[in-house]
Amino acid sequence: MTFTDNLALALPEIVLALGSLGLLVVGAFAPKQTRLVGGGAVLVLLAAAVASATQPFGEAFGGGLISDAAASFAKVAIYLASAVAIPLGLPWFERRGVRVFEFPVLVLLAALGMGMMASSGDLISLYVGVELSSLSLYVLAAMHRDNPKASEAGLKYFVLGALSSGMLLYGASLVYGFSGSTLYSEIAAAAGSGADTGLLFGLVFLICGLAFKVSAAPFHMWTPDVYEGAPTPVVAFFAAAPKLAAMVLFARVLADGFAGAADQWQQVLVVLALISVAVGAFGGLVQKNLKRLWAYSSIANVGYAVLGLSSGTSDGVQAMLMFMILYMIDVTGFFACLAALSRDGRPMETIDDMAGLIKERPGLALAMTVFALSALGLPPFSGFWAKVFVFKAAIDAGLWVAAVIGLVGSVVAAFYYLRLIKVMWFDGSPGATDKPPAEARAIAAVTAIFAFPVVLVALVWLTPLAQRAALSLGLA
Amino acid sequence: MPLLSLITYAPLVGVLGILALRFGGRADDPKSAETARWIALVTTLATFVLSVLLVAQYDSSNPGFQFVEETAWFMGLSYRMGVDGISILFVLLTAFLMPLCIAASWRSIDKRVHEYLIAFLVLETLVIGVFCALDLVLFYIFFEFGLVPMFLIIGIWGGARRVYAAFKFFLYTLLGSVLMLAAILFMIGVSGTSSIPALMQYAFTPEAQTWLWLAFFASFAVKMPMWPVHTWLPDAHVEAPTAGSVILAGILLKMGGYGFLRFSLPMFPQASDLFTPLVLTLSVIAVIYTSLIAFRQTDVKKLIAYSSVAHMGLVTMGIFAGNAEGEQGAIFQMLSHGVISGALFLCVGVIYDRMHTREIAFYGGLVKRMPFYAGVFMLFTMGNVGLPGTSGFVGEVLAMVGVYEVSTWAAILAASGVILSAVYMLTLYRRVVFGEMTNPKLSAIEDLDWREIAIFAPLVIATLYMGVQPNSVFNVTQASVDQLVQVYRAAIGG
Repeated sequence: MTFTDNLALALPEIVLALGSLGLLVVGAFAPKQTRLVGGGAVLVLLAAAVASATQPFGEAFGGGLISDAAASFAKVAIYLASAVAIPLGLPWFERRGVRVFEFPVLVLLAALGMGMMASSGDLISLYVGVELSSLSLYVLAAMHRDNPKASEAGLKYFVLGALSSGMLLYGASLVYGFSGSTLYSEIAAAAGSGADTGLLFGLVFLICGLAFKVSAAPFHMWTPDVYEGAPTPVVAFFAAAPKLAAMVLFARVLADGFAGAADQWQQVLVVLALISVAVGAFGGLVQKNLKRLWAYSSIANVGYAVLGLSSGTSDGVQAMLMFMILYMIDVTGFFACLAALSRDGRPMETIDDMAGLIKERPGLALAMTVFALSALGLPPFSGFWAKVFVFKAAIDAGLWVAAVIGLVGSVVAAFYYLRLIKVMWFDGSPGATDKPPAEARAIAAVTAIFAFPVVLVALVWLTPLAQRAALSLGLA
Repeated sequence: MPLLSLITYAPLVGVLGILALRFGGRADDPKSAETARWIALVTTLATFVLSVLLVAQYDSSNPGFQFVEETAWFMGLSYRMGVDGISILFVLLTAFLMPLCIAASWRSIDKRVHEYLIAFLVLETLVIGVFCALDLVLFYIFFEFGLVPMFLIIGIWGGARRVYAAFKFFLYTLLGSVLMLAAILFMIGVSGTSSIPALMQYAFTPEAQTWLWLAFFASFAVKMPMWPVHTWLPDAHVEAPTAGSVILAGILLKMGGYGFLRFSLPMFPQASDLFTPLVLTLSVIAVIYTSLIAFRQTDVKKLIAYSSVAHMGLVTMGIFAGNAEGEQGAIFQMLSHGVISGALFLCVGVIYDRMHTREIAFYGGLVKRMPFYAGVFMLFTMGNVGLPGTSGFVGEVLAMVGVYEVSTWAAILAASGVILSAVYMLTLYRRVVFGEMTNPKLSAIEDLDWREIAIFAPLVIATLYMGVQPNSVFNVTQASVDQLVQVYRAAIGG
């Protein structure tokens, strides 16, 4: 394989790297031109999405970077979700008097890191991808500089994130030590049909580190605080794409590196999934702040995604991919709604703020109702289909007890989603809300219409794509 | 022409019209609300006409599914609709009650009229969809999403404790349904198909049947509702607005019985046979216990709600009797109860609209001021008691004959429930309608107006017609029920 072949396989990453550096230079010389940088960043992300949709498959740089159907599927989704974050976030910051051209650049760098996570072929590129995206996200969380809560969120995220990176590295070094290689394919050969104790130890540390990144319980503590403190459009961004990237990475490590040890990691994942569902369902019951509430909701939802993965089959990976895609669209839409709403210039973030919203802002209230019902898993919304995929995979793999526990957890969580609907529909409004900005409304409308009815058609072509992606990973 | 889809989605046309009104003008404009009411009434009437056409074209000698529509979807799922003798009359019942509900809330609902009407029209689509769906997942979509409009109807337009009732209704039913969802996914995984007709032919292993039966039972028993998971129903009924109660008692409860007939018996026959004693026991308890509870109620609506639970107990007994009499009786009883209990809730609505209380003790001597009302209420009271000549009689007797063949004791105990129903219904009637009019507030109460008479007239006709011409119903259901019983008997080797 020649060097240019390698570059061809890495085209999306190259586009993003050059694009972000170029825009950084533009921003440095023309710091007032945030809109220009933002527009450029969206174009770069779209170009990268096109490049990853059409890229050839193969392994580049000695197996360190894998380009296959799974990588291309995940990267298109990640880049598009990142592209949405920019028009949602830039005007939000501008309205608060923060003119930051760094925002789009950081989103680009985060997208680059996430793309590397999705196509990593060995532990080194895994770590580089994870760190590149995480560092960008830490900064993004603290982007609203004058707001002490945002700074707190950024700092918390950074400290705890560094801890998890440590676990990840420790696990990686153990795996390397016991298998003799950092390449997944060679780790798989060393693991054979069952990992020995040392390798298993390393794997568990890897899983812990990754569980932290996807905020699966019991590694979820950072999530509510960071969601609450970080600027809403930034939350819309890092509740979606980074979760998908980390889940795909999760699937890739387990499927490509430890397919033979499936029986061993399956138990770990089932436990992670059920704890997450329980923590998400019960923890959310007492929340008053909607961003915190949705943090718990995301913990529960990651639990479902992990449950899909834990079935240890290609169907399970497909279910996880479908789940994450549908979830990403929902969660982006929900935070777009939150970003759109304010009263007397103050953001509306608690459940009580939403009282009587159906009278004040029928469109946004309807969209939020759709997202709440979708997160509840009510048919025919997208969240229902996401759960159907996951539970079907789990039941087919014989994990029906776990599936039933997960479903009962969703009934517990139903209470807080219903409470939001109740407040919006049943209660009286305390006063008029400010005029919502057009871009947040547009994103909320598009995502809500996707959640129903577009999803019914979209599933027809998304499912085969996810299936192709799942089959390209090493599980039967 | 896809007649079934047309009937199912016809109400959504009205929804679009009302949405246009809502977002086109001011939300609290009384003129716009009036137009919206007419749109809803015309849409539901059109749906009713379509469903009459459907029944007229139905070939009652063919026991299989008719008017079948099928379009492949994804993952092996299909958009598959069809009706047979068991489901078609429920479609008709739904389409029949909906215009009456719209008319009944014409004056009593005066805030957020657009949303109210939209909720009812969406609910109609979903309920008809439940009875027509021939794909498990499609069925689940219609079945489950029906919770949302009902949640809003109870929660927004309900009484004082409406929020509590709405949450209880939603969470109770949701818990039952998610277990059914797990069962549905398991069935699709094992059999490789989600088509209901195909699954009726599929033989699950006895062990799988047991678990699947229990999961479906969890959902349908809550919906029905059966003792001891009936406690959401009195709350929901008391707090719901009149039309909401009519739909709840008239149609939504029937989805549980329909589910037993469509899924439990044909798909899990061995498990159904195994659990028949359990169902009969729960049903007998329901019939006697809830009748006694009904007798002690001080709220008219709550009394009728408990009476619904008792009547549904008889329905589950008939269904699990597993013979033609039992099934026919159960179906007939469901249809008849749909009309009669709906009418009774409307009767309560009439006096509630005038006096804004449902306390039995508040009323008395209404016959002097409201002779027409007394007559109508009398007819439906008698129907609920099961007087020969009304539709209530036919279903009760047939169901009990069916049960008698299976378990003499259960039939005898259930028959005592009929006596109890006479006790509480006649007591209610006496206390509300007869006696001295001691409450001075009642002295100016007015009799039925033309709108209310127009609402009650079709219900009176239906009750009497079904009572004297029960064959009009049996002719439609016969072939499908016979086939169901035959297959069930063959499967359990009896």
